[in-house]
Amino acid sequence: MRKSITFYGLTLSLPMLVWQVLFFLAPLIFLVALSFWTVQNFRMVPDLNPDNWTRMLGRGVFWQAYFRTFLLSTSAAIVISVLAFPCAYAVAFKLSETARRWAIFLMVIPFFTSYLVRVYSWQIFLSDNGIINALLAKVGLGPFGMLNSVFGVMVGYATLSLPLVVLLQLFSLIFVDRTLIEAAHNLRCGRLRTVFEVVIPAAKVGLVIAALFCFILTFGDFVSPLYLGGGDPPTLSILITDTTKSGQQWPRAAVIALTMIATLLAVAFATVSFAYRERGR
Amino acid sequence: MTIKEMLPGLRTRRDILKGASVLGGAALATPFLSRLAFAEPVELTMLAWYGHAEPDMVAEFEAENNVKFKPKYYTGGDNMLGLIAQSPPGTFDLILSDAEYVQQLNAAGYIEKMDPADYPFDDFFPEFQHFPGHWVGNDLYSVITRFGFLGVAFNTEAINEKEASTYNVYWDQKLKGKVGHFDWHLPNLGQISLLNGNASPYDTDAAAWQALQDKTMTLRPQIGGFFDYGGTFSSLQNGQMLAMAGIGDWITGTLERNGAKVRSVIPEEGGLQFTESFSIGKGTTKGDLAKKWIQYITSPKGQVKSANMVAYPCLIPNEKGWKLLAEETPAEAKRQGMLLDQSNNAMELIRKGRIKYRQLPVQQSLEDWNDFWSEYKAA
Repeated sequence: MRKSITFYGLTLSLPMLVWQVLFFLAPLIFLVALSFWTVQNFRMVPDLNPDNWTRMLGRGVFWQAYFRTFLLSTSAAIVISVLAFPCAYAVAFKLSETARRWAIFLMVIPFFTSYLVRVYSWQIFLSDNGIINALLAKVGLGPFGMLNSVFGVMVGYATLSLPLVVLLQLFSLIFVDRTLIEAAHNLRCGRLRTVFEVVIPAAKVGLVIAALFCFILTFGDFVSPLYLGGGDPPTLSILITDTTKSGQQWPRAAVIALTMIATLLAVAFATVSFAYRERGR
Repeated sequence: MTIKEMLPGLRTRRDILKGASVLGGAALATPFLSRLAFAEPVELTMLAWYGHAEPDMVAEFEAENNVKFKPKYYTGGDNMLGLIAQSPPGTFDLILSDAEYVQQLNAAGYIEKMDPADYPFDDFFPEFQHFPGHWVGNDLYSVITRFGFLGVAFNTEAINEKEASTYNVYWDQKLKGKVGHFDWHLPNLGQISLLNGNASPYDTDAAAWQALQDKTMTLRPQIGGFFDYGGTFSSLQNGQMLAMAGIGDWITGTLERNGAKVRSVIPEEGGLQFTESFSIGKGTTKGDLAKKWIQYITSPKGQVKSANMVAYPCLIPNEKGWKLLAEETPAEAKRQGMLLDQSNNAMELIRKGRIKYRQLPVQQSLEDWNDFWSEYKAA
């Protein structure tokens, strides 16, 4: 049956469409065009030159940074999701209604402070002479090199995305049908098995989307790799700034940015289709 | 007894009229007075490194000339050129630039020709009266306002000054993972070029360039991070990095003034010199005011402010400025090596040939250096 477009339907959907065209599609088209421009005397000149693509995609440095960034973000999505789950589970199933509201409020609070400030403050904790190593020294341990390392980057990524992942997981777990859990228990299913066989599959969409958000946020993050990872070795976001800093190569930076966007779109589509895939299909 | 005698404070009609006319005149003049007192300040745009248009530098000039500076700060010469290239002519009245970029500013037509007679070159040390790159023949395009040296920056509790007196200290095993880079290829590769014995560190033939790359790559296992301006400060401050390549007193001086255990030395292989100078932006409508600022900041009084700038200290090229600095802030003059009777003061280091100008690569393109730096970082 052919659906006709109603006036009210159009009115409701048009702002979203206009928004997408203005703030996503148009800049994306401009970014694609920019990637073919050339730079002469630090000035960008409109062109149709494919050199930026061949040059950037032909460089080992680019692919090293690409796979490193992908690996870091995938690891962050897995580790942070695993860390977040017990917290989200406890809030969803173990707390009273009032306590849950307070827990949600507390998880929103970190967003009140600038992410950059939170990351900078981590330096005080993680440095060799920082608070954590000072405490460890009291029991004869350390010092451990936490700052300017992958561990530092992961701490930063958790600062950025852990509260959001917990919240997304939580909203998914809250809506899990309690009767399914009761049925599992009645059928003598153990607590742990119930979590893996009933709760997680029932909340799969939310859990996967939470991990996806973690991947998206960390894949483009510049702050943690630079200030907690010491920029060593560089991620794609750092490579973008390096490319623009020297010689004002915005067109080459556009190539990196477009590759990142393409990756994020591919990962998002794959993840969403995985999330909504039904069992056994 | 008359009424006047009874009430001595009472005024005559003439007195009252006199007072009223004075008050009326004052009331009528008030709009003109207040207009003068609260006239909208003239906005002067400045493209510069951070700190140059902060209150410690500009407040006095702003008050004296009814000016309000509107700064646009950049981080690096390429960034500066990019900002100008993407702005309409006349956007920036004043442009602060490192020496190696002045020629590019001039070649691109971004700066005005200046009249040397307007500036106090006679008060400058001879080395700075005709500074390379600022002049094209006898035409002046930029006036040097401050400069600094880049050497080995180190944590004084981790290594001593003798150990830090060679770039080889970066390879010291006790500094493994504790050597940082200020993330810009020019000063870092320039330092290793000096270590490799290149008399002109930026003018290297193919063999010397290859040797420079090879030597730099051997340093990679020692490196704990690549830092921007803020990261460089914090990693030295919190002791995370014990030595830092590519910087000098412009960073450690600020930290040292605040009690951090860091310092910079010029190693035996020599140091690099950066230079900051002011140009007048092409197409400005406030050229006279821009000129007045440059005259102010290159005067002895302005030079003392420049040497003590809160954001980062620097050396100054005006000899009279050195004398005034010695009177006003003798400790800082001594710390930076700007006392005329001090042995091995900044000018002596230059005159002994221990300092080379930081410049753009001569025989390779900037892109070659940048590409290598990216590979080095990713290694």
